[in-house]
Amino acid sequence: MSSSMKSPDDNVGTPATVTPGSYYGNPIPYLPIDGYPGKIIAIEGTDGVGRSTQITLLREWLEVQGYGVIETGWTRSELMQPTIELAKSSNTLNKLTFVLLYATDFADRLEKEIVPALKAGFIVLSDRYIFTAMARAGVRGVDRTWIRNLYGFAIVPHLVFYLKIDEKTLIRRVLQARGMEFWESGMDMKLGDDIYESFRAYQRALLREYGSMSDEFGFRVLDARRKVDIIQDELRRQIGAFLAETDTVGVGGA
Amino acid sequence: MDGSGKTTQLALLAKWLSAAGQPVFVTEWNSSALVKAATKTGKKKNSLTPMTFSLLHATDFADRLLYNIIPPLKAGMIVLADRYAYTAFARDAARGVDRKWVRELYSFAVKPDLAVYFKVPIEVSADRLLARRVKLKFYEAGMDMGWSSSLVESFKMFQGKVLSEYDRLVDEFGLSVVNAVGSITEQQRTFRKLVSQHMSIQESDEQLDEIA
Repeated sequence: MSSSMKSPDDNVGTPATVTPGSYYGNPIPYLPIDGYPGKIIAIEGTDGVGRSTQITLLREWLEVQGYGVIETGWTRSELMQPTIELAKSSNTLNKLTFVLLYATDFADRLEKEIVPALKAGFIVLSDRYIFTAMARAGVRGVDRTWIRNLYGFAIVPHLVFYLKIDEKTLIRRVLQARGMEFWESGMDMKLGDDIYESFRAYQRALLREYGSMSDEFGFRVLDARRKVDIIQDELRRQIGAFLAETDTVGVGGA
Repeated sequence: MDGSGKTTQLALLAKWLSAAGQPVFVTEWNSSALVKAATKTGKKKNSLTPMTFSLLHATDFADRLLYNIIPPLKAGMIVLADRYAYTAFARDAARGVDRKWVRELYSFAVKPDLAVYFKVPIEVSADRLLARRVKLKFYEAGMDMGWSSSLVESFKMFQGKVLSEYDRLVDEFGLSVVNAVGSITEQQRTFRKLVSQHMSIQESDEQLDEIA
């Protein structure tokens, strides 16, 4: 059924066993990606787990070793960023348009940033990946199968690190950093008028979603309550081992 | 199809339904304010890919579904949609997007009570559009595919693919086909007959003659 117009490698219907560097679901027919030398390393986790700090440190470490690195981050696409910001501020989003705007942003970055980088042999450090979208959609009651099909065009990362945190620590960190914000508090879900209660219920539900995806998508779980340099050491150890094993990029070796 | 005259036909149908006392609500493809800025930016810079093009249209559709389609349906009105998900199925597949993926993408859509396809040969639709406008639009002509540097050539190639996708959709989704080469009145008569079969509308041929 899923025949494509001009796919050079018409192997649609990739089985459930996922291979890093290939599509999760049916390939984008016009965008073959097989055999590209680059790698995708995704850092997932809720707000306040220190993703961007870790990514900055990782980038430095990888570049010193001679690896080419690009970063990509949630809602940072040139095409969608203004629209997403506008939509969030205007409060007319519903759960479907919310999900679809994110998916459009991801598609834009996939085609414009991620795939070219993989082709050229870069390591793509992704600050959040599709799992953030899936968690947010899951919490809002969007059909699980539908959203997985939607993101079938995403490329399976080589490594996914999930910086895991408990509810209490999460709340304190977010309050310390910048306070609670409408969307991060799930206020659109009308869980209650009390923003603190809403935030708590929302973040708790999000943590549950991430947790349930852990096995499904093979997350490497790290305790995000530890010190920055301890987490960084662990990330480097695991990434170093992975790169040593599959050393096709960069000049290798520390 | 572009240039098939479906917008004209839909307007005439709306007149007829309204005159018969049926409350109607018209919604147009890609008309929501939500994605307007992104679509405009993308089109201006010619930076839309087949996937982002597809997803933006799906976002627009989802927005209109919740604000412009479901509420009037709940209010018992007749929603007249100038293009529906089938347009996405045809155009996106013509651009090389996976057919199954785009069908699943739109699985949240409400199944219409009646879906009518105004079919027209490429030559006719090109002539109609060219007669009306100075220039074909970039994406409408499928210029993003880079098949031809000539707008008219590209339009014909792209619409040719769209046409064959529609042919596939007719069977798959049971679309009712109206031959859009005939006169406006002729088409409208067929259209009204189709609609009548799906609901009880008082036939009033006088109305149609008046328009003609």
